[in-house]
Amino acid sequence: MSTNASGFKIFQGVIARDLRLALRRKSDSLAVLIFFAVVASLFPLGIGPEQNLLMQIAPGMLWIAALLAAMLSLHKIFSEDFMDGSLDQIALTALPLPLVVLAKTIAHWISSGLLLALISPILALQFNLPMDTVGVLFISLLLGTPLLSLIGSIGAGLTLASRGGGTLLALIILPLVSPVLIFGAGAVESYQSGLGVAAHFSLLGAMLAIALFLAPFASAASIRIALE
Amino acid sequence: MRGDRTLFEELNLEIKPGSILRISGDNGSGKSSLLRILCGLLTPHAGKVFWGSDPITEDRDQFHGELIYLGHIPALKADFSAIENLMSLALLGGQSISNEEAMNALREAGLDPQAHRFIRTLSQGQKQRIALSRLLLPQPKSIWILDEPFNALDRDANRALQNLLINHVNCGGIVALSSHQDLQIDDNARVIRLEL
Repeated sequence: MSTNASGFKIFQGVIARDLRLALRRKSDSLAVLIFFAVVASLFPLGIGPEQNLLMQIAPGMLWIAALLAAMLSLHKIFSEDFMDGSLDQIALTALPLPLVVLAKTIAHWISSGLLLALISPILALQFNLPMDTVGVLFISLLLGTPLLSLIGSIGAGLTLASRGGGTLLALIILPLVSPVLIFGAGAVESYQSGLGVAAHFSLLGAMLAIALFLAPFASAASIRIALE
Repeated sequence: MRGDRTLFEELNLEIKPGSILRISGDNGSGKSSLLRILCGLLTPHAGKVFWGSDPITEDRDQFHGELIYLGHIPALKADFSAIENLMSLALLGGQSISNEEAMNALREAGLDPQAHRFIRTLSQGQKQRIALSRLLLPQPKSIWILDEPFNALDRDANRALQNLLINHVNCGGIVALSSHQDLQIDDNARVIRLEL
């Protein structure tokens, strides 16, 4: 029996729709993971088997690799919906646009950022990181990658109607996500030095809370501009 | 406005329940832009669109809850089947429909054999009919804004769509559409022509 869908059901439906699409195009998520693995593996090959040096640079290297890998899929948050006309339907949904944008960003994070965090412990092995440090790296990525998706969604919206959107997106987003890199990698380095990680995690958490609240509004505004 | 060109000005339209508005005009005359303005996707350079007594920007979500807009691109995902697309579009439009209801709508549109086929394997006309099958779902919305809905349709599908539009307005609905073809429904419609 046809019923009016509640806002929550539409929200869930958008997440499920985008995840189903990601599953149908596994190559997109796989490309992100392979890029992460390749970039993270190039550093030990280039630097050589200096165990102490590798351990020292591992947090920064892994975070940079994750950041670059996450950049690969950011433009796809909205661009395919824009091209096939679905973004019009999304803008006309009965749910406020910032909430739809948030749902799409959550789906994007699950199909890219979460996977990056999940495979990071395997890649950390080649840097000879101890298991407890790997745990800190994993948590820092769990807190940081949603931020990359949220901030990235603003850039993805802003560059929707522009030519060469991918390059422009990187130029807009990379400076904005540098605090995430600093505090994410900083948490692991701080733990390695025997200092606490609470401050770094608190800052990442605070940034995440602010981005969760503000980024969907900024992205929604940029989408409305692109649709005009 | 498009760039520094004025597409139309001093346009004053009222679409009453139970009526059809057809917008005609040459390519580039602003038919699609006018329809996008009517549904709130495009902000006019000057002027307002009202739904009842309030501008549509006052309560955008409520207005969108009453609206079905079909643009000139069918808004279908190539990696979804016809039935998945229909259910997904219905949900975005605020309608939760069952598999059976989606299947009935596709059957009515003559697309039941294609229901589980991926969109990328279908013809342009079939894609258009899938997008239009949203209009066949139970509890349809009251305002239908359709941009070139007859594009790529064969004669039978064209006739069936015109009958569907007539039925909708007979039940008190509103239809605003663009088309450069002369239609049978023109007898029941108000036709405006945009000039280049």
